[in-house]
Amino acid sequence: MRHLLSTADLDKAEAIELLNLGSEMAAVNKRDVKKLPALSGRTVANLFFEDSTRTRISFEIAAKRLSADVVNFSAKGSSVSKGESLKDTVLTLEAMGVEAIVIRHWSSGAAKTIADSDWSKSVVVNAGDGTHEHPTQALLDALTIRDTILGSSSTGDLAGLRVLIVGDVLHSRVARSNAHLLRTLGAKVAFCGPATLLPSSIADLVDETYLNFDEALAGNFDVVMMLRIQQERMNSSFLPNETEYSNLYGLTMDRFNSLRSSTVIMHPGPMNRGLEIASDVADSKQSVITNQVANGVAMRMAVLYRLMAQEGVGK
Amino acid sequence: MNEFLIKGATLSNGSKKDILVSDGLITKVAESIESKAQVIEAKGLIALSGFVDLHTHLRQPGFEQSETVLTGSRAAAKGGYTAVNAMANTMPVADSAAVVEQVYRLGVEAGYVEVKPIGAVSLALRGENLAELASMHRSLANVSVFSDDGNCVSDPLLMRRALEYVKSFDGVIAQHAQEPRLTVGAQMNEGATATKLGLAGWPSVAESSIVARDALLAEVTGSKLHVCHVSTKETVDVVRWAKSRGISITAEVTPHHLLLTEDMVNDYNTVYKVNPPLRTIEDVLALREALADGTIDIVATDHAPHPKQSKDCDWASAANGMVGLETAASVVIETMVKTGLIDWTRFEQVMSIQPALIAQMPNQGRGISEGAPANITLIDPSVERLVNEDTESLSANNPYLGIKLTGLVQHVLFTGKLTVLDNKVQEF
Repeated sequence: MRHLLSTADLDKAEAIELLNLGSEMAAVNKRDVKKLPALSGRTVANLFFEDSTRTRISFEIAAKRLSADVVNFSAKGSSVSKGESLKDTVLTLEAMGVEAIVIRHWSSGAAKTIADSDWSKSVVVNAGDGTHEHPTQALLDALTIRDTILGSSSTGDLAGLRVLIVGDVLHSRVARSNAHLLRTLGAKVAFCGPATLLPSSIADLVDETYLNFDEALAGNFDVVMMLRIQQERMNSSFLPNETEYSNLYGLTMDRFNSLRSSTVIMHPGPMNRGLEIASDVADSKQSVITNQVANGVAMRMAVLYRLMAQEGVGK
Repeated sequence: MNEFLIKGATLSNGSKKDILVSDGLITKVAESIESKAQVIEAKGLIALSGFVDLHTHLRQPGFEQSETVLTGSRAAAKGGYTAVNAMANTMPVADSAAVVEQVYRLGVEAGYVEVKPIGAVSLALRGENLAELASMHRSLANVSVFSDDGNCVSDPLLMRRALEYVKSFDGVIAQHAQEPRLTVGAQMNEGATATKLGLAGWPSVAESSIVARDALLAEVTGSKLHVCHVSTKETVDVVRWAKSRGISITAEVTPHHLLLTEDMVNDYNTVYKVNPPLRTIEDVLALREALADGTIDIVATDHAPHPKQSKDCDWASAANGMVGLETAASVVIETMVKTGLIDWTRFEQVMSIQPALIAQMPNQGRGISEGAPANITLIDPSVERLVNEDTESLSANNPYLGIKLTGLVQHVLFTGKLTVLDNKVQEF
């Protein structure tokens, strides 16, 4: 494993190895001194062409806890706003001696384009590319599911678990990455949402699809993962308005109360409280949303460690 | 004027003939001709009417780092063409007599193929007001085909008016069929591959719905409609239906839509980004069948050169288009002749005779017959070649690099002038 571009590239053994490494990093994060010397003297660039404060901070903390030097590059107010191409941005960072590029880009495939190009020798970590994938989010979700349902000492897969992902699947890189990874780990994955927000051909991606949320919730899922719905979807004929979306696809208290008390509630954030998820549901004991955030740092440490310390650089 | 004697060529009908060329004309076609003319040995070669491309982007004026009329003409000659129709999306746009005459003159100066400009349908390709269609027709360039290619004439009223307006001089509207509202942000063929790659889908119905609308408008107006680069099986069905109603509709398919499929996009390799997008194998097979049965009339390259930086970037930022002039004949041999779907007679029809008729080029597509202008392409159908980076084009966005194709253009005569000898473009 040279880069982390897509969870579809991970086989089951690699995925479990990463999760186990994530568990170890989570243990480090519970210590008083949350720091390992593993990447001392190494440089990681966070290259963010889209605003994402939480993901950028999560990667930054992860790299710093491994003692790496971190530089943050934001497209706004940079050479990119002056018309610099992705190629020249990457060439510039490489010339400065960066060894790992963590990239968030609005264009699907941008991380792979860099990894495959002759512009870069760096390790490339996809921190979200367009509407394609967000592999570290899926890894942290898988770790959270395993911790919550099987216990934090588990070192196994997710065989037999059923996961329902609800909302704007069409535009969701989180949904795609989770579908690949959770199924590789043996879970069954279902998508639910209005037909306008489900991709046209998803049969290869998931085990089941539902257009009706209540029918889906009757399906005894172990995990219900709510996706963020973007305001702009209301303005481009995907949906009529927020109220109708919330009525049809929101995880309201009524719907929440119909679930088993063991059902795990997840959300990749940032949440629209009261829209796709009721505030009380997000704050309930069954919600593991803050655990996801904590595991985000641990999993990103694991990924950087795996790619930079274990694999080495410059192959 | 030079005289040439082509010895022992096989014509599209299978007969073996000598062909005598003098003063720019084919003066004799017979079993065995004695002459002092320069001999072109053509044993094992097929002699065909010079190819005519109805859809070429020569990029001049305005985008001379991608291609010029001269370099594009040389690439066309190397691919066996004796005529190309230059698309209007230049800068300035070919929407006036001045610009089309400039392109026409550049073609004459280059001298490798007959360059006939296509005029824009709307002013500056904006889809709002008609360009000066009649002035372009009456100009030196004698424009008879009009297209906003790259953009769809999506406004039904403008499309109707354009069809009506060109009737007075028997013009043709060539539509780039792409309903813009159904392709907002579209990046590749809609389907499982697009879903997996997270690329916004480009549905077939965005093409077929426009073709259906335009066919009905052509019926109402009694005008000539040509459909550019048909890419889906649904569009094939619509064209077939329109022809069965007697509507004046013709259609083209590109070589790449006869060979390449959407799964090539899997690694986000931008060389495969093209408009209309690469489709599924079912579409490819339907297009081949349609080209064989006459539903689709011709092959047109949509040769679309781009400079390196327009492809050396992320997928969404990359330009649409691929070069095709130098490989078109081989791709058609590979997909249509080798598969047994068409014979050499039909090949000559779709590469030369029919496009010349649609483009209204009386000196082109006249076949290998006595008295016809000497536009002759001699092709070796037995050569198998790995496509490499050698090119006459200024651009290298070639999707066939490293692919094995069959057939190689050996010699080309353009109005009796040798433009290609032994697969080498001649200098003059």
